[in-house]
Amino acid sequence: MLGLLSKLLGRIPIGWLQLSHNRPRMLAAVFGVAFANVLVFVQLGIIGAFNTSIAKTYQPFVADIIISSSDANTMSDGSSISRRYMYQSLSNPNVESAAEIYVGTLNWNMPNGKAASMQVYGIPPESMNFINENLRAKMAHISLQNTMLLDMKTRGLDKQTLNQLMDNNKPIEMNGIGLSLQKVVSIGGGFGADGNVFVSDQTFLRLFPKKQGGTPSHLLLQLKSHAINTEVSTSVVNELRTRLSAEDIQIHSLQDRIAQDVNYQMTKRPVGVIFGFGVFIGVLVGVVIVYQVLSTDVADHLKEYATFKSMGYENRFFLSVITEQAVLLGCIGFVPGSLLAILIYALMSTATGLPVSMEWSRMFIVLFGTIIACMISGFIATRRLKSADPAELF
Amino acid sequence: MSTHQATIVVKELNHWFGEGEARKQAIFDINLEIKAGGLTVLMGPSGSGKTTLLTLMACLRAVQSGNVTLLGQKLFGIEERQQVAIRRKLGFIFQAHNLHESLSAVENVLMGLQVHGSGDRQKQRNAAIHVLNALGLGDRIDYLPMNLSGGQKQRVAIARAIVANPQVIFADEPTAALDKDTGRHAVEILKALGTQRNTTTLMVTHDNRILDMADRIITMEDGKIVSDELR
Repeated sequence: MLGLLSKLLGRIPIGWLQLSHNRPRMLAAVFGVAFANVLVFVQLGIIGAFNTSIAKTYQPFVADIIISSSDANTMSDGSSISRRYMYQSLSNPNVESAAEIYVGTLNWNMPNGKAASMQVYGIPPESMNFINENLRAKMAHISLQNTMLLDMKTRGLDKQTLNQLMDNNKPIEMNGIGLSLQKVVSIGGGFGADGNVFVSDQTFLRLFPKKQGGTPSHLLLQLKSHAINTEVSTSVVNELRTRLSAEDIQIHSLQDRIAQDVNYQMTKRPVGVIFGFGVFIGVLVGVVIVYQVLSTDVADHLKEYATFKSMGYENRFFLSVITEQAVLLGCIGFVPGSLLAILIYALMSTATGLPVSMEWSRMFIVLFGTIIACMISGFIATRRLKSADPAELF
Repeated sequence: MSTHQATIVVKELNHWFGEGEARKQAIFDINLEIKAGGLTVLMGPSGSGKTTLLTLMACLRAVQSGNVTLLGQKLFGIEERQQVAIRRKLGFIFQAHNLHESLSAVENVLMGLQVHGSGDRQKQRNAAIHVLNALGLGDRIDYLPMNLSGGQKQRVAIARAIVANPQVIFADEPTAALDKDTGRHAVEILKALGTQRNTTTLMVTHDNRILDMADRIITMEDGKIVSDELR
């Protein structure tokens, strides 16, 4: 460690020697960095889960373009739109096929006494080519009326209850309608709903009697040749926007739509904003702790620094010593910080069923951010150097 | 100026401390010339201004009025870059040893070398060990200051000051914390440097035990030079 450091720095690693000379102080700093890291990681983990769970609401579908009501910001909000837009879009030569989907939310009182908020998708049996391949085979089972697919990862649904539901052929009651459970799928809830239910469009309209047939929540379009060619997709979107020119709908490519949804929920809704703030607070806590430690260390070594100044060491040298300390603290603190975060992720994901997990890219970003934040703290701490006056040494 | 240039020339130097009403003059109209080589001792009661004069001559305190020329460089209004350059030609020994507690003896000495650039690490280390050996600390090179005695610490500080062959050494009460023999030994080292390398040493001291080794004794009182005696 010492040899490597002095090779890297081209001088005696004073910063490291100074830190390791005062173990309690170094421990406090490392703990502080680790603490800040955990704070930031937890917030980023929740944000990551938030994004994943938003994207998840679109994942059952395979489509290039989505048409939604102009007041719809997510998969599950917004008004219904008219089916005639579907027929109008089909007249674009690049559009291969179109499908209407219905989305609604209902409360399900489970046999185990728990209640869950379920996101219900109503899909016309003839539009199975709009369903993700993994789900398509199972979807064939819901073409009959009052049949359903249930999300086995629904929050609050324990294994025993699930087995019970699958074994006895009694219909499951939702919104006063008895539904026969055909198959289970594995998706999991998000921040909005606890689980998912798939039914046909006809069953959907029975479950939600206030909704009318012919007024779906979204329209999905698939383009010819299925090539995900952004140019073609963009031209179709533009053509439809001009031709349909209706104020009550919005037309986007599916990717754009997902990005907009994520962006909306991250910046406009309190949940996203709160976790964004959490990251900021975590960074702030880290900067303050490291600054406190480094500036105390500078204050304690003013006499030594003044001596070095009298010997002809320049400001650059002191900056490099403090930067050395800051970077070392950042790197050392990151190790327990990230390990602890991985542990907390596992706990969180077990407790909530949310997809909270560590990603390499996040590790790199946080490590990089930690080093930058520590350097900022160090930079602020160097202001104390001004009081190192060699004339006071005699 | 004399035919060969003096190491330090002080001209009409005045110095004040404090601001406004509290402003108090510490140095009064001092003129002084110190030639290269030899050991000059600055004496005087405390508060006589000898330490202030030393810091002014050593480029550690900004010159307010008059001028000091150190190794040919005028110190009045000196720029930071020049200040750094001149300080690298000097050696300092303080009353408190001011060693870095986290650095071993040899690392402390190395700090005196590395200010001139990192260079060949092994060569530098050998040079540092050589000086420590010469000061009788060969078996203490890897000790931290807290494991050294007062005299040993002061000798490490001397090693740090002389390792880079400074042209002028400024010392403030270097023997105050040492017993008679160690103190004399430390001064002998500095004096030897004067004869071998023509190093100029300027020393503030109260210590009568070492006065017999001085080549010149300047006595100050109330910010003025009251006697200047060559030996």
